[in-house]
Amino acid sequence: MRMPEPDSLVLSRKPRIVALLLEALGRDAVIDAPEEVRAYECDALTAYKCPPLAVVLPSSTEEVSAALKICHREGVPVVPRGAGTSLAGGSLPTADSVILGVSRLTDILETDLGDRVIRVQAGRTNLSITEAVDDSGFFYAPDPSSQLACAVAGNIAMNSGGAHCLKYGVTTNNLLGVTMVLMDGAVVELGGAHMDAAGYDLTGLVCGSEGQLGVVTEATLRILPKPEGARPILIGFDSNEVAGSCVSDIIRAGVLPVAIEFMDRPCIRATEAFAKAGYPDCEALLIVEVEGADEEIDHQLGLISQIAKPHDPVELRESKSSEESARIWLGRKSAFGAMGRINDYMCLDGTIPVSELPRVLRRIGEMSREFGLDVANVFHAGDGNMHPLILFDANKPGDLELCERFGAEILKLCVDAGGCLTGEHGVGVEKRDLMGHQFAPVDLEAQMAVKDVFDPHWLLNPAKVFPLEATASRRGRARAA
Amino acid sequence: MIRPESEKELGEIIAAGGPFRIIGGGTRPVGHDVDAEPLTTSALSGVKLYEPGALTLVCGAGTPMTEIDAVLASEGQQLAFEPMDHRGLLGTAGPPTIGGVVAANVSGPRRVRAGAARDFLLGVRFVDGMGNVVKNGGRVMKNVTGYDLVKLMAGSRGTLGVITEVSLKSLPAPEARAVLLIEGLDDATAIEALSTALGSPYEVSGAAHVPVGLDGTPVTMIRVEGFEDSVARRAGLLRTLLTPLGGLRHVELDPGMTADGWAWVGNAAPFHDTTGDVWRISAKPSLAPDLVAAAPAERVLYDWGGGLIWIETPPGADLRERLGAFDGHATLVRAAAETRARLDVFHPETPPVAKLSEGLRSKFDPRGVLNPGLTRRNPSAAPDGPRKNA
Repeated sequence: MRMPEPDSLVLSRKPRIVALLLEALGRDAVIDAPEEVRAYECDALTAYKCPPLAVVLPSSTEEVSAALKICHREGVPVVPRGAGTSLAGGSLPTADSVILGVSRLTDILETDLGDRVIRVQAGRTNLSITEAVDDSGFFYAPDPSSQLACAVAGNIAMNSGGAHCLKYGVTTNNLLGVTMVLMDGAVVELGGAHMDAAGYDLTGLVCGSEGQLGVVTEATLRILPKPEGARPILIGFDSNEVAGSCVSDIIRAGVLPVAIEFMDRPCIRATEAFAKAGYPDCEALLIVEVEGADEEIDHQLGLISQIAKPHDPVELRESKSSEESARIWLGRKSAFGAMGRINDYMCLDGTIPVSELPRVLRRIGEMSREFGLDVANVFHAGDGNMHPLILFDANKPGDLELCERFGAEILKLCVDAGGCLTGEHGVGVEKRDLMGHQFAPVDLEAQMAVKDVFDPHWLLNPAKVFPLEATASRRGRARAA
Repeated sequence: MIRPESEKELGEIIAAGGPFRIIGGGTRPVGHDVDAEPLTTSALSGVKLYEPGALTLVCGAGTPMTEIDAVLASEGQQLAFEPMDHRGLLGTAGPPTIGGVVAANVSGPRRVRAGAARDFLLGVRFVDGMGNVVKNGGRVMKNVTGYDLVKLMAGSRGTLGVITEVSLKSLPAPEARAVLLIEGLDDATAIEALSTALGSPYEVSGAAHVPVGLDGTPVTMIRVEGFEDSVARRAGLLRTLLTPLGGLRHVELDPGMTADGWAWVGNAAPFHDTTGDVWRISAKPSLAPDLVAAAPAERVLYDWGGGLIWIETPPGADLRERLGAFDGHATLVRAAAETRARLDVFHPETPPVAKLSEGLRSKFDPRGVLNPGLTRRNPSAAPDGPRKNA
């Protein structure tokens, strides 16, 4: 992974920069010892590492503003960091950058059940938001699989999704407002507890901007009443393509499941060996979950069974109880762990139109044979967000590079099928250099123009999202100034 | 009226000239007067792709809403955000277009559950103020590839680019609908009832209140949609849930009556054929009764559980001054030209937000040729010639 050469002027001024940050934030909030900054050298994309110049952990919006003002004045790049769970290298530092972590901003500021909103500091973990309103019968809908660890700040930066997007949408559909600090230290309030923007939808623009427009310190989130109940049905097929067609038929029939999950044979076998969920040994299986009162669930699961039957399923297992539901979900929820136990893997995140599922799955199978690397598929089929897992051996020289080349080809396939490079993980550094496959230069120029407005010197998370060549002249501005 | 036949032609026209007043169907002239040559997207019309099994529709910005509704209905689907028809309120005529719906982020009663127009917009193509054709987003539901200019374009009212093509997420149309009607609640109790209903697990898809209904009494309306057996059951549960708040309760199941009732709410029918100024307030729902009490209101309609308030005031009244600062904003949707010359149509932005908005305009439309003056009142502006940028 190519990263820009660190700015030697910034490196040489480390003592001065650290002194200024210490003066503003105090000893407790600044990490600068080389052995300690190493803890921040990477996020969950662990293949790439680089210790930052320093790390700051502010405890308030004012402290975030103070830290950014200093870095702005000194021309120091800043890499915002939530919980460090990015799979795309969204918070990968450069040697001349200051990591700004929001891990101390964890308070719930206001819970307003009547207006169905909660206001939190952005370092709070995703799952703890649902936990805070669970007893009152509410939940926060976006549920990325890292939800135990990941921070709302990172969810906003990457516009994170989850398994239940088909019904509840992703972060941007559940985010009503933010407090954000711009690179120059200015604090901006966008949106609020009301339901639409006064002027431009800047909240919507900030969501998914990968920490390049500002540092979000507080967020107003929509919370929803929990459904009366939910139960899944498991359907096994002897072909991936038939399973793909069944997904499309279910959606078309007017049932709106809350989730449609897909697993293929390599993934089924690995999870069976690990979790023993009692899944059928078949080519592909779907887990379709619906919500409502008991009789409504029965009605919907009945409809889904009727739709599935003409596709000759090898297994059709309707859950009748919470125990049966847990058993059906057990394998799916252990899938990533099970795969990790048998192999190193790289998890991709492209999205395709649901109608393209059969063709794309077939082509991935062919490519797997061409590259000589196995692929397991486990993904959110209802919204076309695929997660092919490419299996490789990290200890075998050249295998990681081969895997990355294969991954890039799969993502290009997703784009060519009418989809996109990333459905919920973000571009980060991982897919930065593939952006030219999805966007024309003029499309990227329009996006970069937005960063020009929010961060004219390109100091915030500068070497991400866009191909390095495309941003070189902009990133040089701070140095030239 | 300039009427480009293709995106390419539109790009050339914009690159070569201006300023322009951008029009879809011309049914939603909300904003300050734009003294510029009208340019319509009505020829960029037609459904380009519809995949009911993927819940996606791609069409030209000039496609009439009637065509979109018919195409979706043929597969039992709909646009879940229930876009409002402004013609009755604003006294306009002609076919509303999807481009206009998106450019103004127009949503209706179901917004409170399903989301707004911007939530169902998956992708856009647009021509910026320099004539460049730009695409963003796509036709899939989960897409975080690059910045979300789709959200920026939704609601930008043609001031950052002229939308030429949109892709939208469709949803199954519900099989049945039931409405719980409660008569006789005062505003504060009504908002409490709506809030309780929206906080219940019964999937309320409409929550409105009119202090003076057709027969003079207050009516609170709560809608549930879905499978036939399910809606009757849930409406009954809501009726029981809300018993402690009083009022005369009745469940309406008739499809025609309930459809008309929600069109009446969604299209702000109480203000059709009236003569006052009409304001649209978007606010934190629980603030609604106090905001209305502070307003010189002649007529009121609450939607979105109180999150959307329509208020009619005597002509020329400055509602914002009466309301003071609150979590939300007020738009002067209908008023005489002299009032709009005196009062901002759109809620003034805070200085840091205004700076960002101006910055975006200067990047996307550096010559100021797209709807100049539409969103900001500038009493001293010379109406002709391109706007100079700071």
